Amino acid sequence: MKQTLIALTFALSLTAQAEDWTQFRGPRGNGVSADKNLPTTLKDSSLKWSVTLPGRGLSGALVLGEHVIVTCSSGPTQSRLHVLAVNAKDGSVAWHRQFWATGRTMCHAKTSVAAPTPCSDGKNIYAVFSSNDVICLDLKGNLQWLRGLTADYANVSNSLGMSSSPVVTGETLIVQVENDSESYTLGLNKHNGINRWRLDRPKAANWTSPVLLKTGLVALQSKDGIDAIRAEDGSNAWSYENGASTIPSSALLNGVLYIPSHGITALKMNDADAANTPKQLWQSGRLQPGTASPIIIGNKVFTANKAGVLTTGNTQTGERGWQLRLKGPFSATPIAAGDYLYFVNEAGLIQIVDTTAEEGEVTGKLDLGDQILGSPAVGGGALYVRSNRKLYKVSR
Amino acid sequence: MKPLFAGLLLATICFTGQAASVSDSIKTIRAVGPEGQGNAAAAKAWQSLAQADAAALPKILRAMNGASPLAANWLRAAVDTIAGRGEKLPQKAMLDFLSDQKQEPRARRLAFELIQNANPKLAENLIPGLINDPSVELRRDAVARVIDSGAKLQAAKQTDGAIQAYRKALDAARDIDQIKAATTALRQLKQEVDLPRHFGFLMHWNVIGPFDNTERKGFATVFPPEKKIDLTASYPGKAGKVAWSEFITADEYGMVDINKAYPGPGDGLKEVTAFAYTEYTAAEARSAQLRLGCKNAWKIWHNGQLVFSRDEYHRGMRIDQYQLDINLAKGRNTFLVKLCQNEQEQSWTKQWQFQLRVCDATGTAILASNRPPTPETGTDNSGNNPTPGRRPRN
Repeated sequence: MKQTLIALTFALSLTAQAEDWTQFRGPRGNGVSADKNLPTTLKDSSLKWSVTLPGRGLSGALVLGEHVIVTCSSGPTQSRLHVLAVNAKDGSVAWHRQFWATGRTMCHAKTSVAAPTPCSDGKNIYAVFSSNDVICLDLKGNLQWLRGLTADYANVSNSLGMSSSPVVTGETLIVQVENDSESYTLGLNKHNGINRWRLDRPKAANWTSPVLLKTGLVALQSKDGIDAIRAEDGSNAWSYENGASTIPSSALLNGVLYIPSHGITALKMNDADAANTPKQLWQSGRLQPGTASPIIIGNKVFTANKAGVLTTGNTQTGERGWQLRLKGPFSATPIAAGDYLYFVNEAGLIQIVDTTAEEGEVTGKLDLGDQILGSPAVGGGALYVRSNRKLYKVSR
Repeated sequence: MKPLFAGLLLATICFTGQAASVSDSIKTIRAVGPEGQGNAAAAKAWQSLAQADAAALPKILRAMNGASPLAANWLRAAVDTIAGRGEKLPQKAMLDFLSDQKQEPRARRLAFELIQNANPKLAENLIPGLINDPSVELRRDAVARVIDSGAKLQAAKQTDGAIQAYRKALDAARDIDQIKAATTALRQLKQEVDLPRHFGFLMHWNVIGPFDNTERKGFATVFPPEKKIDLTASYPGKAGKVAWSEFITADEYGMVDINKAYPGPGDGLKEVTAFAYTEYTAAEARSAQLRLGCKNAWKIWHNGQLVFSRDEYHRGMRIDQYQLDINLAKGRNTFLVKLCQNEQEQSWTKQWQFQLRVCDATGTAILASNRPPTPETGTDNSGNNPTPGRRPRN
């Protein structure tokens, strides 16, 4: 009986963990949510609340239990950094921490210093900013450690802005700070922020985010392709050297990595050990992601181009399927739940697409009337969408 | 009497104990170093410091003075956490700290915001007196208020009052958006504004080039001007002999457009390197900042010493993009800028230019004692512009 209770408690805790949105594109880093209660149609009353944020940002939110975590930057040069926890129930602020940027804050007018989505291991929150400040807080907002990567490496910056979102695996926080000048990826000890390793990377601006292939193994994307890196020591497990985009990131589902490379290139991970060189399944130039990263539901991979055309491809063959014109343009990567895709365009129009319809069908629209550039977060049957001004909660 | 004495003694011990703990914690936090050194100890110290009561806030704020930017952030997080508990602020001590202009400027702004949260009316009354504060963050609200008052006077057709307000705002403004707002308003009222002087842009230069930068190799190549400045010398360049020539910019924001120095195609020269050199007489030896805006790869030397370099091309530029600490020598100072243009052909990659100013840490211009009047017209040898750039007269 006792063992059953322990097992049940463990299972419940796993379920609760699984519902948290812990990083860019959610707990699995591919935009797919297990949430079964998201709305599939929308009306004005689907907007439950909106709250004014203390600064700009296009980082995605995290959903950690009852809190929605958001990063922002404010001030005439965006040199004030914010991390705040908002109560999911009513939008009230649970805690709010502020810091001063220690690195350069210049970026393109469309983006902001709060561009990278933070990540969490369920115990701590790791927030990264375009100024290359890395801030670790516990779930109550207590500071655990700080790093200022531009203070340590003076030419780590991109005058257009940095946007790569970190991932945490095992004992390591992976931070990709790749740019035209001093270009690195760092593996930081997640407990104190000290370098476990620092990897020289291609000297080229790069806005993509690392993808967790399995615990302890991370895919780093760059103009040169993909490098699978062991998080423990930064050593290389394998490389795909046929080039890749520097804006949309790869997505992994069911052991296949879909890379924005020559359209989309699908690499099948080695079944036994993703640390071994994968096999290329297919490559399709007819699937062309724009700024938003690709996303997968079932046997379909989806890309949205700059014009807002959603294109489907077969996950086994890459063969192009139906196309659906949505109202774009999109900067935000969509999320998926069940058979539905959730897009938010740059004008703030949420569009829900039923991917089981013969040619795809938009089943819900809600106009937030606000510029949205960050990917939505999911938690407790709700979508959380942020703009430069506000955080919105949308649910049934 | 005995219980009272014992109580007082205990209270004294507790207070002293907490004070010592706060001091020790601050000392540990201030010791954080590069690459996360000291983080583990700082984390423990921070946990203790964040438990301090609100009476410790002025002490923590004072500890930001001279602290590294990272240590200041650790301390700031403790201040946020303590203040977030909602205890009553030690208002007088906070006001004393705010009024002490020798304290860290951003810490003083933080103190102001805490006072503002606790007592908005008091903070509101403080704002006008902050217009010339050394903390740029503190003077911003005051400048905004004066710009607003100017707009109201302008709307009421009280032109003299509006001009006076806008002038006051411009003199005090250090943030670019406020400088532009005040300047635009003054020019609408037909007033002259000498922006290059306000910012302290360096307008008079000598340039030499083009040297080679094929395959971006020129950035690392040591060309003759990097070894010795001889304004009478000539050297082999990319396409023949090159020599120094005077270059003057009349651009509002001090833009030194190297494409205007040489005859060339309309879309500018490619894969080239040039140098710009100027001298500057400082009235006194003092700390200063060089503030550079540039979208090409660059290196900069002050008095023959390399200050900083960066090999990034065409990712954007803005005023004060790079802020570099230097120590001006009394009298003659020299500045040498190396500017590399790459091979890109897109329309947004033709620029081969920089803007440089000398100022203090707040952005207040430090003008050379021999600064010539702001030029009315600038150099243009490109042959691509029918009329050379002229500075606006109002």
